[in-house]
Amino acid sequence: MSGHESSYTPNSGFEKWLDKRLPLIRFANDTAITFPTPKNLNYWYTFGAILAICLVIQILTGIILSMHYEASVDGAFASVERIMRDVPYGWLLRYIHSNGASMFFFAVYIHMFRGLYYGSYKAPREVLWILGCVIFLLMIATAFLGYMLPWGQMSYHGANVITSLFGAIPLVGESLQTWILGGPSIGNQTLQRFFSLHYLLPFMIAAVVILHIWALHVPGNNNPTGVEVQDVEKDTVPFHPYYTIKDGFAIMLFLILFAAFVFYAPNALGHADQAIEANPLVTPAEIVPEWYMLPFYAILRAITFDLGPIPAKLLGVIAMFAAIAILFVLPWLDTSKVKSMRYRPVARQFYFGFVVVCVLLGWCGAKAPDAPVIPALQGEKMLVVSYTENGQEATSEYKGGNEAYVDAKRFMASLPEDASPSLAAVAPATFQFSQLSLILTILYFGYFFILFFVGLTEKTKELPESIHKSVLKRHKASTATAVPAE
Amino acid sequence: MTDQTAHSHDDAVDEDRRNFIHIATGAVAFGGLAAFAIAAVDQWNPAADTRAASSLDVDISKVPLGGEIRVLIGGKPFFVRHRTPAEIASADAVNVATLRDPETDDERLRPMADGKLNPAILITSGACTHLGCVPVGPTQGNVGAFGGWYCPCHGSQYDTSGRIRSGPAPTNLPIPNYKYVSDTVVNISL
Repeated sequence: MSGHESSYTPNSGFEKWLDKRLPLIRFANDTAITFPTPKNLNYWYTFGAILAICLVIQILTGIILSMHYEASVDGAFASVERIMRDVPYGWLLRYIHSNGASMFFFAVYIHMFRGLYYGSYKAPREVLWILGCVIFLLMIATAFLGYMLPWGQMSYHGANVITSLFGAIPLVGESLQTWILGGPSIGNQTLQRFFSLHYLLPFMIAAVVILHIWALHVPGNNNPTGVEVQDVEKDTVPFHPYYTIKDGFAIMLFLILFAAFVFYAPNALGHADQAIEANPLVTPAEIVPEWYMLPFYAILRAITFDLGPIPAKLLGVIAMFAAIAILFVLPWLDTSKVKSMRYRPVARQFYFGFVVVCVLLGWCGAKAPDAPVIPALQGEKMLVVSYTENGQEATSEYKGGNEAYVDAKRFMASLPEDASPSLAAVAPATFQFSQLSLILTILYFGYFFILFFVGLTEKTKELPESIHKSVLKRHKASTATAVPAE
Repeated sequence: MTDQTAHSHDDAVDEDRRNFIHIATGAVAFGGLAAFAIAAVDQWNPAADTRAASSLDVDISKVPLGGEIRVLIGGKPFFVRHRTPAEIASADAVNVATLRDPETDDERLRPMADGKLNPAILITSGACTHLGCVPVGPTQGNVGAFGGWYCPCHGSQYDTSGRIRSGPAPTNLPIPNYKYVSDTVVNISL
């Protein structure tokens, strides 16, 4: 819609003077006031504006926090505690910033699923979609870098796990890892460069957001019908006041949810180990990322087998990055000409399946890989004696209560000296999270291939002729059903 | 008016001269960028003080018998363990052929200045070879089923020579580069 004619007429002398020199007011008027916007956008379309607010909140609170933060291994943890205890309203600013990250990701996931549902990635909006994927990647990088800064246990050991992933890359992996860390392991130099980059990346996000909005304003908004605007008069309304007020209302609701977390559950989304200062000599019992990374973490750990010459660890890394990379090529994977899932009855079913798969992947990421998915189905543990006999490893199993232990001990005593027996309580095989993760990972990638084939064969519903006809039809349908009640 | 001057200019363009200026300017700009990129990229590598901190002299005479000390070198943990005669004997008694990562206890020691091995002192990496957790040992009151170390993350058990005996870890705790500076001081480096 960037082609729409400017309706701005400078009134005062100053406006006329400025318009000839820097048409700033004209630009603002044309992009945010009179911009023709499809009249049928629903509340799922307000998350773009919500995300802009999230970015502003993170940058504002982040700049303030950096005035009190000390990027050194000796001072970082204490400076964060000082922000929480001594800096006036420091607790509030930090809680807004830390919960703001979660709210940001919550909103971006809805925004992305919205785009997937209404086919907003399809022509002519491929570049718009790809820029969004770039923003998402930058957000992940920024969040990862920022999580290091409080220098808690989860900061240190989480960053250790993630940076060691780069070590899995063949040939250059180890030098790359040293290069990122700036030393043999995470140290002061790592914290300082992470801080610098954590400050830089949000401004890169802001720059890509400008491109994203630019790319939005060239073809104009997609809409729930997926039918392009044909008649600007009938199909669109000016952005202001129709969508400024709709977005504003949604932002207020969102900020109420945001405030509820900040004031009533500020640590609900965090991890208790972050309240302990980083200690390289003590590893937390389980290392989990923040909730918004969990689905990708589950994909990373889902692959536990080697594939030919590719080791499992590298395969996991490849799968995790591919899970994001596949989004970049989605516009060319989905072969259907129909954008909105409203008119794609088959693909729609798969879409909701995909949403469930993503949520379940998050659940898997939060659990230990060898934990049973359904604890009720987990049988009783048994005692297993492992020993060596004639150079071969052998085991002997004992089930039951105390007697099993006595039997196992007696058996161990009866073995020769060089058998070196050991005793362990082993849970019997059951359906584990690592297996569920693998299934879900296959389903995650499967969705994109299904889209390819469904698009070729699917019989879609009839599309409305235009946006305004679909709005009128809906309006008539609702009044028609209301008639018998009168 | 301006159109005309531009046009008359075009007729007189010396393409060679223009190309020379473009290529020469571009080459200098590219060369300058490349020269700057060397500095901008290389600064990511470990700094001199970080590299200097990658070795440490450790006084092994202070390690109590049957106990261990843990040292961080360049942020990486290492175990220095003073083994009891019983622990040395149990490390020697193992049939190496049955091990997942076969190594004799002697292969895991480094000679002193006089060329002899000092089996009382065992020096190993402190990172579990499974996922890099730091195993617990005698100081934490848990030496696992084989008397060495126990990794609380996923249950790997190491013997008194730091060799993997059970659990998911694939290899023994690696032996770092170290040498005896004197009978009581060991220099460990990454």
